[in-house]
Amino acid sequence: MDIPHTVEARPDTGLYNAKVGIWLFLASEVMLFGALFSSYILLRVGAEAWPHGLLSVPIGTFNTVVLITSSITVVLAWASLKLGDLSRFKLYQGCTVLLALTFVAVKSFEYRDKFTHYYVRLQDGTELNGHLAGNPLNWTAANLADTNRVGASITFHPDAAGGEGEGAHGGHAEPIELTAANVAKLESWGPWRSTYLAIYFTLTGLHALHVIGGALVIAYLWGPGSRMWRSDPERFTNRVEVCGLFWHFVDLVWIFLFPVLYLL
Amino acid sequence: MSEHHAHEIRQATRKYIYVFLALLLGTVITVVAAYVPFGSRSLNVAVALLIASAKAFLVAGFFMHLISEKKLIYGLLGATGFFFAGLMFLIVWSNADQFLSIFR
Amino acid sequence: MIGIQYGLTALVFLLLGYGLMALMRWQLAYPGQPIPVFGELLLRALGPDMADRGIMTPDLYNSFGAMHGTIMVFLAVVPLAFGAFGNYVVPLQIGAPDMAFPKINMASYWCYFAGGVVMLVSFFIPGGAAKSGWTSYSPLATVADLAHRFDGQTFWLMGMVLLITSSLLGSVNFIATIIQLRAKGMGWLRLPFFVWAQFVTAFLLLLAFPPLEAAGIMQLMDNLLGTSFFLPTGLVVSGRPLDVSGGGSPLLWQHLFWFLGHPEVYVLILPAMGIVAEVLANNTRKPLFGYKSLVYSALAIGFLSFIVWAHHMYLTGMGTKISTFFQTTTMMISIPSVIILTALFISLWGGSIRFNTPMLFALAFLPMFGIGGLTGLPLGFSATDIQLHDTYYVIGHFHYVVAPGTIFALFAGIYYWFPKATGRMMNEYWGRVHFVLSFIFMNLVFLPMFVQGLEGMSRRRDDGGATYAAGEGVYGLSLALKLNVGISHAAWLLGVAQVPFMINLFWSLWRGPKVVSDNPWQATTLEWATPTPPPHGNFTHRPVVYRGPYDYSLPGSPTDYAPQNLPA
Repeated sequence: MDIPHTVEARPDTGLYNAKVGIWLFLASEVMLFGALFSSYILLRVGAEAWPHGLLSVPIGTFNTVVLITSSITVVLAWASLKLGDLSRFKLYQGCTVLLALTFVAVKSFEYRDKFTHYYVRLQDGTELNGHLAGNPLNWTAANLADTNRVGASITFHPDAAGGEGEGAHGGHAEPIELTAANVAKLESWGPWRSTYLAIYFTLTGLHALHVIGGALVIAYLWGPGSRMWRSDPERFTNRVEVCGLFWHFVDLVWIFLFPVLYLL
Repeated sequence: MSEHHAHEIRQATRKYIYVFLALLLGTVITVVAAYVPFGSRSLNVAVALLIASAKAFLVAGFFMHLISEKKLIYGLLGATGFFFAGLMFLIVWSNADQFLSIFR
Repeated sequence: MIGIQYGLTALVFLLLGYGLMALMRWQLAYPGQPIPVFGELLLRALGPDMADRGIMTPDLYNSFGAMHGTIMVFLAVVPLAFGAFGNYVVPLQIGAPDMAFPKINMASYWCYFAGGVVMLVSFFIPGGAAKSGWTSYSPLATVADLAHRFDGQTFWLMGMVLLITSSLLGSVNFIATIIQLRAKGMGWLRLPFFVWAQFVTAFLLLLAFPPLEAAGIMQLMDNLLGTSFFLPTGLVVSGRPLDVSGGGSPLLWQHLFWFLGHPEVYVLILPAMGIVAEVLANNTRKPLFGYKSLVYSALAIGFLSFIVWAHHMYLTGMGTKISTFFQTTTMMISIPSVIILTALFISLWGGSIRFNTPMLFALAFLPMFGIGGLTGLPLGFSATDIQLHDTYYVIGHFHYVVAPGTIFALFAGIYYWFPKATGRMMNEYWGRVHFVLSFIFMNLVFLPMFVQGLEGMSRRRDDGGATYAAGEGVYGLSLALKLNVGISHAAWLLGVAQVPFMINLFWSLWRGPKVVSDNPWQATTLEWATPTPPPHGNFTHRPVVYRGPYDYSLPGSPTDYAPQNLPA
């Protein structure tokens, strides 16, 4: 026997199965991100100092606009299907994928910025933050030792006055030479640097994984999945709607992430 | 797909565009408001979260059709919201109401 | 089909979990002595670091303890109660042709399987399996094995992520199925109580597991990437300050863990209550007492279970206001639990009781769960919990609820639904032997633990706290420790008592007496209105429901039961 209500709604609930399923899943996602937001609050309240201004607001705003736009394109894609217009659907659905990829690209750029930013503690105890010449990704003291074996040292460009927490995107002060001998600790600004960066990477990283996952499904429905339009258009429309609901949720999370991480 | 149905969709599309514009506006306001000194830190936080909640309401209500969705769905979300609030609030409260200030 | 897969896999893990405990009990009864037979095997399999000369090292004891808990809770009992019985019986009882999302169901099983494999593999990696308790508290969970990055704890976390995913997929399926695929006429208040219990359980899994998933990701990052989500500033390990950023909160882990941990225990008990209700109604030949109060109590338990979690954290230095809040909610949640137990007890009154094997287990569930529940009360009050926290009293309490509680109910379910799945009955005589021996030995194992706990015997110590008893005047504790020998022997005999069950299960598959009808127990619920075993699509024709779930012994009726799909 076929499973009822995959396409037509059940009379007493007014819903088709997949819609119930996706809202249940979204409820669990609310709890997942909710737990991370709760962790954010606890970590921030318990911290002695919480950095401000480490993230670029213009870039974050741009990404917010990208996601909001992708939200409307995905709902217009569904509306096109409801009107029976497959080519319009493909247009809007395709735009959504492109916007999603833009978001991920910008995020990768932001991540790279962090992984090429370094904290260094010299043997005499001085602590500096800045960039290494050539902007290598995620070096540690071990990499420094490798450079030294060739007989070279590496130039370090400290940030302008303020160091960690303020003006991280300002100019540079006097460059200094680093060797394995005069460095006690070299660490990139990854999640291990501070609880702020830890929760930032976790929240945005998990969100980005959801963006990628959602983008993959949207792309599938744009491409090979759209074959179902010919055989079972209503079921296909339902799939697009359900996928759109997930996408809106991803946008929703970002609407909260952006002010919490970038602005407050 | 009747004519009536198509008309509904076109009306809905117009609503989506208005919501989109409202969201863009909300984004601008959020950024600007972050730089306006409201006096105390908590007021800035409150304003930012209020605007974010408004934007969230627009996305959930219109893009996700929650505003016309069945009771079952927003009943489920209501319960989820309650538990989420419980998780967040009770953790923060137990942190505040501590005997020892080792783990502040 | 998936139900059977879940069931067999879960039973294997149940046996494995039992095995771990049986080995641990040797160390408690005869500390420092090589384990007979298994000592050699452990030495060969795990190396001298873990089982030097066949003696259980403290590290091995701790990892067995942590894995016993993990395997029993996440790989045995929940998959059996929810995955196996739920998947098999719920679609049948609501008159559905299948679960709402069959492919997601398949995915959920394979995630569970993969999670189980990861957990088992962790025994054989350098450093051994996780050894920071099934609760994996930070900072120990992160610093227990700094020598290996991919240590047992990391495997545990990866396994948990897989298991949580499996759970989430399963719970979405269950809820959607129950909401959307009920047969015509199957209104909400005509659902068998078993379905209500599984429905609430699915909600608990859906909403309570994600915070643990988040916490698991964060602890994985602490272990693998050197973050400090749960590591406080200034942590010193083995005399050296740990080179991490600090600023984290170990309490955060505890909150997130127990936010799941508490609803998890209701996940363990609710399906069991559902099974007991079905078996009791069937074998008393009368409707359950207080069906509506059973349903509302189950819903109340589900709701309240989300806001009681910090009663596992009374000793973390919480202030009086928040402690009072959690004490209050904890006391409140005992009310619906008592209502359910009372309703089930009263259901026996005036019934014409058939004492077959499923009924024996279901009957035993009632006082056993009663003991488990009552012994929870001193733990729920923070004042008395100060004395009892982390002692064997706690172990006695929760084992009474899960072992002679839930597991007895699961046995009842197996004996009860075996004829539905296979078309044959299990052997009644050996079923009774299994019951009597299990009942005796369960009580001999767990009842003395309350005494031990009250005397201050600590949990999670491979000597049981013998170092405390070494001093003069700690008379009570030395006496309590002597009970260990008796408990261990009873535990081993409990294992022996399961042998007739295992033989019965497999023997009956091929040689058990065939059932003469599709409804050998003369039950009213819909799963008995379908061919045995159920075909693809479950029912030959879509059933229509005309009556409530327990129309037994209706006055004026020719038979003493009226199936739900019999027209009024």
